[in-house]
Amino acid sequence: MAFDYDKWIRPGKLPHIWCPGCGHGIVMKGLIRAFETLQLKKEDTALVSGIGCASRLPGYIDCCTLHTAHGRAAAFATGVKMAKPEMNVILVGGDGDGTAIGGNHFIHACRRNIDMTYIIMNNYIYGMTGGQFSPCTPTGHKASTTPYGNPDPGFDIAKLAIGAGATFVARGTAFHANQIDKLIVEAIQHKGFSVVEILDDCPTTYGRRNKYKSVIEMMNRLKEVAVPVKAAEKMTAEQLQGKVLTGVLYKEEKAHYTDEYAKVIERARAAK
Amino acid sequence: MSKKVAFMQGNEAAAHGAIYAGCTFFGGYPITPSTEVAEVCSIELPKIGGKFIQMEDEIGAMAAILGASLAGAKVLTSTSGPGLSLKQELIGYGCIAEIPCVIYNVMRGGPSTGMPTGPSQSDVMCAKWGTHGDHPAICLTPASVQETYEEVIRAFNLSEKYRTPVMVMPDEIVAHMRERVVFPEPGEIEVIPRKAPTVPPEQYKPYDTSFGDVPPLAAFGSGYKFHVTGLNKMQDGFPTTKAEIVQAEEERQVRKVEANVDDIASFEEYMLADAEVVVVAYGSTSRSARYAVNVAREQGIKAGMFRIKTFWPFPDKQIKALAAKVKGFVIPEMNLGMCSLEIERNAQGKAPVLGIFRVDGEPINPDQILEKIKEVK
Repeated sequence: MAFDYDKWIRPGKLPHIWCPGCGHGIVMKGLIRAFETLQLKKEDTALVSGIGCASRLPGYIDCCTLHTAHGRAAAFATGVKMAKPEMNVILVGGDGDGTAIGGNHFIHACRRNIDMTYIIMNNYIYGMTGGQFSPCTPTGHKASTTPYGNPDPGFDIAKLAIGAGATFVARGTAFHANQIDKLIVEAIQHKGFSVVEILDDCPTTYGRRNKYKSVIEMMNRLKEVAVPVKAAEKMTAEQLQGKVLTGVLYKEEKAHYTDEYAKVIERARAAK
Repeated sequence: MSKKVAFMQGNEAAAHGAIYAGCTFFGGYPITPSTEVAEVCSIELPKIGGKFIQMEDEIGAMAAILGASLAGAKVLTSTSGPGLSLKQELIGYGCIAEIPCVIYNVMRGGPSTGMPTGPSQSDVMCAKWGTHGDHPAICLTPASVQETYEEVIRAFNLSEKYRTPVMVMPDEIVAHMRERVVFPEPGEIEVIPRKAPTVPPEQYKPYDTSFGDVPPLAAFGSGYKFHVTGLNKMQDGFPTTKAEIVQAEEERQVRKVEANVDDIASFEEYMLADAEVVVVAYGSTSRSARYAVNVAREQGIKAGMFRIKTFWPFPDKQIKALAAKVKGFVIPEMNLGMCSLEIERNAQGKAPVLGIFRVDGEPINPDQILEKIKEVK
């Protein structure tokens, strides 16, 4: 049976702004399937983003949507969640938005373990501004501001999230489309701060500067580097060279922020 | 029954005023000399079921209050100096997305780290011109602890009434001095609630000007779903670059304040009826100015004071009227001449404007003001 995406798409808002070959649309479809699987109520769901190509996603989805300023999604969303803890709060954005200008808000949302889900579309580049290197651009790769190759080492977003205290961290790719909704479902169901990194592609500003001849080649690379965590257990360090683990990378049950603050309110009232 | 009275700081009074006004969410970051506001909020808000959050930085604090306001809460943040600079990015977001919020900024020496414990009045221009782009500005400058309490309540009211960020800017002296505060009874001071939508969710548009220049704002999680962005937007909240819409929306946002100056502006006229020399002062400096005016009167000089309580929108009309009939203005301020520029703009050369500018972290004393009053011929 064909899946009814239209239920979650705002009438009249398509076509989207993304280039042909961009994986953001694949992620958006995964997100819609996840929302539908969980039967989320549109009125009780807030979708919050920053600035960039990926951050335009909320405009297309029919729920409470907040397109904030560059890097600030996690901090705005924290305010929404604190004021209305019963809402489902989901964040979307890109690698530059989330880990450079928004890096501080990101790690502190992880640390608080506030019950929200952050979907980061990592295409290794600032796409909207024309392809400058991001904290996730691999060393040596080219961007419009690294014409001689990127001297910076890149972030591993999943490790960053785990290190900062996120209690659910998963990784998928735009190639493995059917896995995306499953990871997002599990992330939203998790109580605490959950991060889903989706390795994505930007053929327009990253691919063409780094010798990818086509979108298919970029998608094939995602297919080749991805190794499910279960499969990785049976592989040698040598075999894992240059590979990226996918699936649920980390999960921990732990007190989460809005519950903890409810206890603060109880203690304050008792002390009155 | 007699009213509740307390002896407290301006900063403490600000937190209590916010709670009287219905504030249920505070997002902040520690910074001298405003931290007491956060401390009192952390104690008092959870007692009433409200929320206090200390964010990772000043920008995050501003973002959190905007998010909470969109979810229906009345919100406050407090800051000072460098913190105000950091908050400017998202103060602009609050202006364009039209999200009510109150920013309490204690003016300390600057620029940069400057003099964190020294008083200053050098943020008044930052209140209007700090964030980029054209936008409305409301900024209140209280001069006593009681007035800080009351002006914070008024700031919440203006913020909800005009659906825009409002700043309260005491100087460090007002923020840290201790005075007697008489708390109003519940209902004694009007508290304005947010204008809720009257249309069903499917007809709701967050910037629907058929309801006037200030469209009702629904809350996330209240059955309404809508889009909010920092881009120039249409009435339905979605971005646009259509010239005529952008022009009209930008003008409306500014008009919300500029067309309602008589409702927003507040000032005190002290011995102005026959005054020939007018001291224009605000904040703690007005306390020295009042003393100087009294001494000048004792010496037979017809001096008076125009005390600005609402710095933005600026009381243009009143200053223009005074300029037409007085011999001169004296402007004492703890900066290198900010209010003076506004007075000069309004005086249009009809009356001389004499400034007393101090940025050394010391208050301006009455003698300095009296001396300057005598210079007006």
